Amino acid sequence: MSILNWTYLFVGLSFSLYLFIAWRVRVKDTRGFYVAGRDVPAYANGMATAADWMSAASFISMAGLISTMGYAGSVYLMGWTGGFVLLALCLAPYLRKLGHYTVPEFIGDRYESDVARVIAIICAVFISFTYVAGQMRGVGVVFSRFLNVDISTGVFIGMFIVFIYATLGGMKGITWTQVAQYWVLITAFLVPTIAISIQLTGHIVPSIGMGATLIEPSVVGQTHFLLNALDSTLTDFGWHFYTEAFEGKWSKFNVFATALTLMVGTAGLPHVIVRFYTVKNVQAARWSAFWALLFISILYLSAPSLASFSRYYMIHTLNGSTSESLPSWFHSWEKTGLILWLDDGDGIVRYSGDQSNEIFRSGKMGSKELEAVKNNHQIWLESGASNGIDGRQLLLDKQLSGPDRDIIMLAAPEMASLSNWIIAFVAAGGLAAALSTASGLLLVISSSIANDLYYRTLNPKASQKNQLLVGRVTIAVAVIIAGYFGLNPPGFVGQVVAFAFGLASASFFPAILLGIFNQRVGTIPAIIGMLSGISLTAYYIIHCVFLNGERWTLGVIENGITPEAFGMIGMLVNFGLVILLTPFFPPPSDRIKEKIQAVRSPEA
Amino acid sequence: MSLLLFCWFFFSLGCGVLWVDFLNQWTIPGTGFKLGFWFAQQGSIIAFVLIVLIYAILMNRVDKADHN
Repeated sequence: MSILNWTYLFVGLSFSLYLFIAWRVRVKDTRGFYVAGRDVPAYANGMATAADWMSAASFISMAGLISTMGYAGSVYLMGWTGGFVLLALCLAPYLRKLGHYTVPEFIGDRYESDVARVIAIICAVFISFTYVAGQMRGVGVVFSRFLNVDISTGVFIGMFIVFIYATLGGMKGITWTQVAQYWVLITAFLVPTIAISIQLTGHIVPSIGMGATLIEPSVVGQTHFLLNALDSTLTDFGWHFYTEAFEGKWSKFNVFATALTLMVGTAGLPHVIVRFYTVKNVQAARWSAFWALLFISILYLSAPSLASFSRYYMIHTLNGSTSESLPSWFHSWEKTGLILWLDDGDGIVRYSGDQSNEIFRSGKMGSKELEAVKNNHQIWLESGASNGIDGRQLLLDKQLSGPDRDIIMLAAPEMASLSNWIIAFVAAGGLAAALSTASGLLLVISSSIANDLYYRTLNPKASQKNQLLVGRVTIAVAVIIAGYFGLNPPGFVGQVVAFAFGLASASFFPAILLGIFNQRVGTIPAIIGMLSGISLTAYYIIHCVFLNGERWTLGVIENGITPEAFGMIGMLVNFGLVILLTPFFPPPSDRIKEKIQAVRSPEA
Repeated sequence: MSLLLFCWFFFSLGCGVLWVDFLNQWTIPGTGFKLGFWFAQQGSIIAFVLIVLIYAILMNRVDKADHN
């Protein structure tokens, strides 16, 4: 069977499985809709959390990011797993004990203020939309490459599936489909990674293979450790060492601050936190945090291996090839514009980190623009540089050197020349990753608006039936808006993710942590802290990313603070202000104090 | 719990970022991993899983003792 038929089969099967599960567990009350009736077993919740958390970014982009960044890619590995430690130790059990439905609900109740609640709602909705946009693009990429359909048709199918199981089953439907999606995505990730590991190093466990010696003796004729070989090849072709720490804009401060921002941001992301509201009790919340991290670590320990394997593989197969000897995966991905080759005239491919590089990606260029670049480059070649435009210089100036990072994971099975059905299975895995995260986020949007804004703030007398209706309608509207972003991806999705994490770490994390561990913090300092944390972070990111402003060095930091790292500063400002202001403002009411006391016993 | 949080910081931001240059002078015997690099891309994640596991066991024991 061809790749296309296998893909139809796997995608069709997995989609019908999701719909079947959604039908089996459809819900009729708000408890089921928002927190799955609070009867999800810990390991299942762990799996669902893992699928919820591992988005299209983890599945499709992360290995590619690490592959191009080398050591600096560790910020994603550490940041996106380390946050779970904070979540498990400092937030999840306490929040579960308080027994709310959503994060804005906790903030509103703890600080006894609708203003605080509304600020939290706005943050939750903003963070979630930023994220959903990325997932929908992921769905589009997978569909267009693997099913040969229009990106827009792909997004419509994705929207339809999410819409059905999210509105029908609410949190309950989402939870059980996420459990299924976890299995699909983890298998789809591990199979090609293990296969490449065996091919290159002979080890079945990718994490061991990464540190092992290469099977094929390298140019020198003796066996080499993969990482050493990679380091020396990379420097030969004009890059820095793969394992080199702190290079370019990734100074020690920025690596540290970005990792910390991602950790704290992870702990503050509303769609992850709400997952811990769905388990039976506090003990189960702790166990499910453990299961979640364990299930996530399976992918996160393999991803850096895949990253180094594919970097090695790509450099060695591309360099020195001619248009006839280029591997077939290159041609199939060339059509998507994720990778392209502009020759310098000698007919031999060179993929390097300097001026002589010939491998590029099309980025956000349309197909017409790309065609023009290629044609002008051809004229330039044929005329011996007297006419036309050197496309290599053009793309270099646009910072489009090297293949698109998404290709690393998606083309991995083809690079390892695996069977067609595995290639198709990866497509189903990418879709599972994108859809599971998208549905979790849509539920956060819906619960923030229907539960927190409509029921708790605007119309406290609303009936169960009424609330459910509002919840379902909000999901429908959110799906349509998310679909719109999927069809017309805002050019800045990548940068906006920095926004989501920066905001989560500068707003939710300090507010929740202080809310639990400091009984004295009252309404006003908390609101001031959140507002200043958010606005400072937002200001800096807009200043750097959208207005191309100078980066702050604060007098000590080399190369300035990157916008991704600024969430840490926002968080510190938030913490600092709240602690500084607290003594001057009234404490919370005794009722709240007692509640917090009860939540923290028996340990405090 | 503060001890566990310390471990969290020590293994990830400590070994993986702050002292990575220092640790990189050694490699793990029999592998191509530089020690600091290994902590950043593998060790820290393994440490996280263990920290959460220990926390879940200890805290749930405290809870149980409290109920009896």
